[in-house]
Amino acid sequence: MYQYDEEDQRIVEERAQQFRGQVDRRFSGEIAEVEFKPLRLQNGIYMQLHAYMLRVAIPYGTLSSQQLRKLAHIARVYDKSYGHFTTRQNLQYNWPKLDDLPKILAELATVQMHAIQTSGNCVRNVTSDHFAGVARDELEDPRPWAELIRQWSTFHPEFAALPRKFKIAVSSTPDTDRTAVRFHDVGVRLVENAAGKRGFEVLVGGGMGRTPQIAEVIGKFVERQDLLSYLEAVLRVYNLHGRRDNIYKARIKILVSALGVEEFRALVEAEWEQIKGGPLQLTPAEIARVQAHFAAPAYQQLTAADAVLAGLKLGKNRELGRFVQNNTTPHKQPGYVAVTISLKEKGTPPGDLSDYQMDRVADLAERYGFGELRVTHTQNLVLPDVQVSQLPALHAELVELGLGTANANKVTDLIACPGLDYCALANARSIPVAMELMARFEDIDYQNDLGELSLKISGCINACGHHHVGNIGILGIDKQGQEFYQLALGGSPGHDASIAEVVGRAFPRSEIVGAVEKVLSRYLTLRASPEETFLDVVRQKGLGPFQEVLYPATQRQEAVHADH
Amino acid sequence: MRIIRNGAICEDRFVHVADGVALPETGDVIVSLDRYRELRAALQKRAGQVGVRLRSDQEATLVAPYLAELALVAIEFPGFKDGCGYSTARLLRERFGFRGEVRAVGDVMRDQLFYMQRCGFNAFELKAGKNIEDALNAFKEYSVTYQGAADEPRPLFRRR
Repeated sequence: MYQYDEEDQRIVEERAQQFRGQVDRRFSGEIAEVEFKPLRLQNGIYMQLHAYMLRVAIPYGTLSSQQLRKLAHIARVYDKSYGHFTTRQNLQYNWPKLDDLPKILAELATVQMHAIQTSGNCVRNVTSDHFAGVARDELEDPRPWAELIRQWSTFHPEFAALPRKFKIAVSSTPDTDRTAVRFHDVGVRLVENAAGKRGFEVLVGGGMGRTPQIAEVIGKFVERQDLLSYLEAVLRVYNLHGRRDNIYKARIKILVSALGVEEFRALVEAEWEQIKGGPLQLTPAEIARVQAHFAAPAYQQLTAADAVLAGLKLGKNRELGRFVQNNTTPHKQPGYVAVTISLKEKGTPPGDLSDYQMDRVADLAERYGFGELRVTHTQNLVLPDVQVSQLPALHAELVELGLGTANANKVTDLIACPGLDYCALANARSIPVAMELMARFEDIDYQNDLGELSLKISGCINACGHHHVGNIGILGIDKQGQEFYQLALGGSPGHDASIAEVVGRAFPRSEIVGAVEKVLSRYLTLRASPEETFLDVVRQKGLGPFQEVLYPATQRQEAVHADH
Repeated sequence: MRIIRNGAICEDRFVHVADGVALPETGDVIVSLDRYRELRAALQKRAGQVGVRLRSDQEATLVAPYLAELALVAIEFPGFKDGCGYSTARLLRERFGFRGEVRAVGDVMRDQLFYMQRCGFNAFELKAGKNIEDALNAFKEYSVTYQGAADEPRPLFRRR
């Protein structure tokens, strides 16, 4: 993974010092809260319902065991002994004290970490594929490009006060997508053209929130060395033309819609023409320097272990078999797999990990790999380089830590925002719904019968829980002080991007889990074969058959015109 | 009024003249772009230097035809969350080659100065009531920058 040199290091240290000064000026009264707010926000510090919250950047979801131990230490010393992994591959602490925050930033800097631009109207932490570098289906490791974008966007002086936040994802898989690249302000897809040359397809204007939108292609083939100048042109057009009069109309997707993608492209091209080939053009030396940081680790030369894997899946130890079946992903290197550690174990809020578990998982990353981990946007962790022969031992250790849940990509591998338990924006709670769903559908055999299925919960329209792109999406709303939940079906964040459609009238808290159960049962009776996924069935049959089981006939007509 | 210019505190020679208010006989003035267009010939004959003040939604291209006649361009920051002016300043410097003073006015506070300087501002009217001496420290907060900008065209990867 990328290792800071002296200059990278100085930037994060100077940031910690700068923030110490800002907090001191806040305490002395020299700056008012209203002035302090944008400063802390550029540092990932929110004021939530009960306390400050700190969001730590985990660039493109790559984390070292040493860094994870530091995160555990911070959780223990400065917070309530846990952290929460987010849908943007970051980590949040929910209870830090303002006076401690400069100390926490200084601690993070000692392990090459920071909270720079994890909130505020700036370019946020760049995200990427959690299987980057090990996935069989990628063109090449996308992370060097994500790192180049990270450096370019870190403290970019021109784009520190954009109309609104700005999220960039980088993906490198031609036939699939694990980064929700089409739901970002800018999606960067590494592609190969007909001549076999590598470059980037650049998409713009995707997003969730109150106006969900699938990104459109503006740059069909941007050459590798031009990536940063192209992004700078996009950002400049947005900074100058994006709306600032209405916070809900300020994202780039609104600008792209208002202008039309053709006109937006023309503006970007005109700006790009002026700066292309200038100092921002990446040099071969710089590309090579950053790529070298992501060179493959010292793998052992092993024989292919497909037969061993198949044996484990069908073996006598059913718990292990299910884990291997569901939580391992094929690896580029023969004899290895990537292992997903599910943070959706029953009884724990999705994405939460205790300080003790963090320390132990850091140990596992060293003993069953090369000391590297990944954070997924579905709020799980990945051990990227596990030898197949070590799976039984690893699984046993995970079970002991309460982290052996074999539900990756299944219905209880749901994602959920913090909701009204923590968040100042939320209208309803997400975590209790998530936990009830995890308990209700705990049986892994039932989950395997359902197959690949994504369930995503947001506690408000801002959609941090990605409900628009869940195969099943749940949105918490507030009706006269009561929590209600809207159910939507058919969303997908991936290659086949689609936005879920609301089935009808929202359900009260007491009925939402039952409603999901009805939907799942209906799916099982509708599908022609187990190969037909839930998403296939929703796409083929539409919402009708699901509305039939969710609403009595008298309400159904009404339901179609439901309250959105 | 005391302002920061080229990294030091100094007394400002310029006077902001609002639209509709008569120009003083002599002395250096800053007027809106509309006013400048209206009084361009008269302003050029007048003793004293002239600056134009841009609202945050007025792009650099609008003032570009007059840059050779101007000593100063002031860019407004109506609220410090409005960062249009950062792009405008860079374009004035890097695209249109403006060598005169580029001044930040409005909601200008210490914590933006570093970014502003990088984008090509060299003068700053700090928001009223803020400690101008302390604000000078902002320029020294970072010793390393990744990007090229108006102050240094080469990104760090060309300097590493």
